[in-house]
Amino acid sequence: MGLQQTRYQQLSKEKMPKRPVLRNLLWAFMIGGAICLAGQFVQLFFMHQGMSVKEAASPTTVVMVGIGAVLTGAGLYDRLVKRAGMGGTLPITGFANAMVAPAMEFRAEGLIMGVGARLFTVAGPVLAYGMAAAFVVSAVRYLVTGVA
Amino acid sequence: MAKERSSSATLLPQGVYIVSTGSVVGPKEGEGPLGTAFDRVWPDEGKRFSSYEKAEQQLLNEAYEVALEKSGFDWSDIDLVLGGDLLDQTISTNFTGRQHQRPLLGLFAACATFTEALGLGSMLVSGSNARDVIVSASSHHLTAERQFRFPLELGYQRPPTAAWTATAAGAAVLSKDAGPIQVRAVTFGRVIDAGGRDPNDMGSAMAPAAFDTIYRHLASTRTRTCDYDAIVTGDLGYFGLDMLKVYAQESGLIFGVELQDCGRLLYDPTTQDTHNGGSGPGCSACVFAGPLANRLVRGDWGRLLLVATGALFSPTTYQQGETIPCIAHAVELVAV
Repeated sequence: MGLQQTRYQQLSKEKMPKRPVLRNLLWAFMIGGAICLAGQFVQLFFMHQGMSVKEAASPTTVVMVGIGAVLTGAGLYDRLVKRAGMGGTLPITGFANAMVAPAMEFRAEGLIMGVGARLFTVAGPVLAYGMAAAFVVSAVRYLVTGVA
Repeated sequence: MAKERSSSATLLPQGVYIVSTGSVVGPKEGEGPLGTAFDRVWPDEGKRFSSYEKAEQQLLNEAYEVALEKSGFDWSDIDLVLGGDLLDQTISTNFTGRQHQRPLLGLFAACATFTEALGLGSMLVSGSNARDVIVSASSHHLTAERQFRFPLELGYQRPPTAAWTATAAGAAVLSKDAGPIQVRAVTFGRVIDAGGRDPNDMGSAMAPAAFDTIYRHLASTRTRTCDYDAIVTGDLGYFGLDMLKVYAQESGLIFGVELQDCGRLLYDPTTQDTHNGGSGPGCSACVFAGPLANRLVRGDWGRLLLVATGALFSPTTYQQGETIPCIAHAVELVAV
């Protein structure tokens, strides 16, 4: 059995089809960049309305989440990420996709056990570890600079 | 480990025939290279149903209907139904049993379910007073995705080794009455775990199991690969079939053009974006019940070894870091 497993590992490594890494990276850069550029224009629009950079951040986030949700509902966002990979997952539109996709998927199981319980199946880890990381970073900042 | 008794590895049913088959597939499978060989192609994945689980049940139901219609039998003639699917508690097969009301044995061997049902059904017809038995397997792309992977609309990148679960169902009517295809021999598989861990690479994980079953079948029936017009594995896909050839070569077994794979045949990878090929119990079931059975009936082929392969993991086991145990069941079929 040991020999068989070793041979399997060797063979599957040897024969493993290559991922098109360079192409994936270029797509991630282009689409991820395009999403960020769009977000920048939205922020500039709000700043043009008289908001400061900090004030414009929240409505910009809301608009981008809305765009991500609409594209998910239209069945387009998954196709975008298929090309873009992390370039589509990492921006806040990707977060919207991670929330809306399970909400759509688990409608059949009802509003409580379906949508309610499964809403965070994908985004849950992002939130949990995102908040934990934010706490650690803030604590370090407080210890170093004394600013809360 | 006990010494291999190769003489008992293969079971030999006597006087068991496939009188008819039925295959019903989804739109993507219908657009594939085998599209015209299926009995029915659905125009969509079943959006008229309130859930895709219900769509899968209807897909299976239609495969039964088509197979029965072609055989001239009625549900009341059927002594036993054997079948399975991918979903938890094999709900597709079990829930479909509410309609046909025949004695039912639900089976699970993941994507190897069809040959498990076919082999077991043949042994029951051969060795008991069961006269007419229907065997089946089904899968639905969207029900499998939500159980094993992610919600449909979630964007993610599938690696090149990922398989595409087929929306398909296949059924075959087995009988003591003579039919166009005879079941000659059955080799049930052992669980082989070569240490594969990646649920996105089931093809290579299943290759050692496919090799083990084919090797045992050839040894106990004293046949060679070239004695078969076709040896068709289940869902090894591109990567898995290449792995199988290497394993075989290292043990002195040489495959020629007769070696093919259901998952590889079902889709066109250049236009259909299916990566490693098709998978799911419905894949080998529909490919056999449609195109492969047709070729035996028409007389293009005289002898076929169908070796469906299954990866026996669940979402729980791979999340817990377990390796993927695999199995392959082989059924040898001859044209009458």
